[in-house]
Amino acid sequence: MNLRKLASYGPALILIIALLALWQLYVQVGQISPLFLPSPTAIVAALAQNWPIIYDNTLQTLLETVLGILLATLFGLAMAILLDISSWMRRAIYPLLVISQTIPMIALAPLLLIWIGPDIRSKLIVVIIYCFFPIAVACADGLASVEPELINLLRSMRATRWQILWMVRLPAALPSFFSGLRIAATYSVVGAIFGEYVGAEKGLGIYMQRATNSFAISQVFAAIVVTAALSLLLFGLVSLIERITLPWYHGATYRRA
Amino acid sequence: MDTDTPKLLAQGITKTFHTGRQALETLASIDLTVEAGEFVTVIGPSGCGKSTLFNIIAGIETPDAGSIAIDGVIESDRAGKAGYMPQKPLLLPWKTVEENVILGLDVRHVPRKQAQAQARELLKRFGLLDFAQHYPATLSGGMSQRVALLRTVLFNRSFLLLDEPFGALDALTRLSCQMWLLDVWQEFHASVLFITHDVREAILLSNRIYVLSARPARVLRVVEARLPYPRQPQQLASPEAAQLESELMSLLLKEQQL
Repeated sequence: MNLRKLASYGPALILIIALLALWQLYVQVGQISPLFLPSPTAIVAALAQNWPIIYDNTLQTLLETVLGILLATLFGLAMAILLDISSWMRRAIYPLLVISQTIPMIALAPLLLIWIGPDIRSKLIVVIIYCFFPIAVACADGLASVEPELINLLRSMRATRWQILWMVRLPAALPSFFSGLRIAATYSVVGAIFGEYVGAEKGLGIYMQRATNSFAISQVFAAIVVTAALSLLLFGLVSLIERITLPWYHGATYRRA
Repeated sequence: MDTDTPKLLAQGITKTFHTGRQALETLASIDLTVEAGEFVTVIGPSGCGKSTLFNIIAGIETPDAGSIAIDGVIESDRAGKAGYMPQKPLLLPWKTVEENVILGLDVRHVPRKQAQAQARELLKRFGLLDFAQHYPATLSGGMSQRVALLRTVLFNRSFLLLDEPFGALDALTRLSCQMWLLDVWQEFHASVLFITHDVREAILLSNRIYVLSARPARVLRVVEARLPYPRQPQQLASPEAAQLESELMSLLLKEQQL
């Protein structure tokens, strides 16, 4: 990362520091019990103090998140290709996908727990339901955006349907796919934590729930900080993979040997 | 192959499009021949169905009636029998120039090494080797069309179908691309079917010119362009070319609807 890029984060950094300072001041000057609202320094202290436990739980959440998003990508891609097969398929499947997004997770997550149990599988399902939709929709739009003249060119070369999909339409849909994946990456952490919150053996979600129940508010905040960091990390990782995969999309003029 | 056999022999091609209850008669019985090694141009008023005829010959659309023989063999499934180049270059932005040029060979499952070697040779012969590893986004309009033409040639160098390939270029770039196309044509002794609405372009490039009517398209006239080869842009100023131009112009003007 170069200096100019780093400098572009300046305004956001200044705002965050200002808000944290204001928060710190509010807690210290005002008569607020640290039990209700811990100061930023207290949160950092709680994070440091409980790091081994939080770290252990974070690994579990990270595992669910990454595995979930991989499965959601496969499922989302499969749905996008299915939507793309014919307009009949599109009309049949699309409404179902939209309905899947209207399911209140707060109702479904406990049911999953009952049906499947408290292990990783119930969390993966929550993550997949959260994440496949932006991937499927973005990817289907990308597949549909290919110019008809280009399809004709390939047909004039006697390309099969699958060759057209593989050689032209899927690569053309990649920028849209990554847009969907970036949205999915931010959803995925929230999804995993929600899945854990209703019942799990390990993970940031269940850690937060236990901390809340024992009024350890500073530990709840510490877990929130880790959650945010995890989301940012995943978002950054997806952006990095996109830059490596699509150099042409990011202004590269030629292929490096 | 017998050199007397025409590369393309199209007879009685008709096509009517139906949208809902409306029928749009686009082609009214077209006969068309391209001899082996000949450069034939089709001109006609805009919207007359030139591109439809083109897509039918390329095997992308099917005619309602008529027969099309390529190399003397009547083909009902013609896809892959000609190199097809539409108006837009349609280069794939994620592929380099070289990879774009071998697209047709990829479709045919030609081994990568072999395809690359052929592409290099072609790019070198036609002055584009320096751009082999570039992405198309960095190329100018004229350059993109040259790459698209080489992609077409590499797919099928004996029969080229070119649909207004230089229509979107500025006058100077177009002229240099036209000269370049003649170079490619002579190098490969290709048979070319070229579509344009530019009369001067037709005269400068072709052996023979088919003039189509407004829709539904019929062949109004077939004229020979007898300018000597190698063609030069200056030849357009010769009395022979000027007379042909005004003749074709008046034919087309009568057909052009407002």
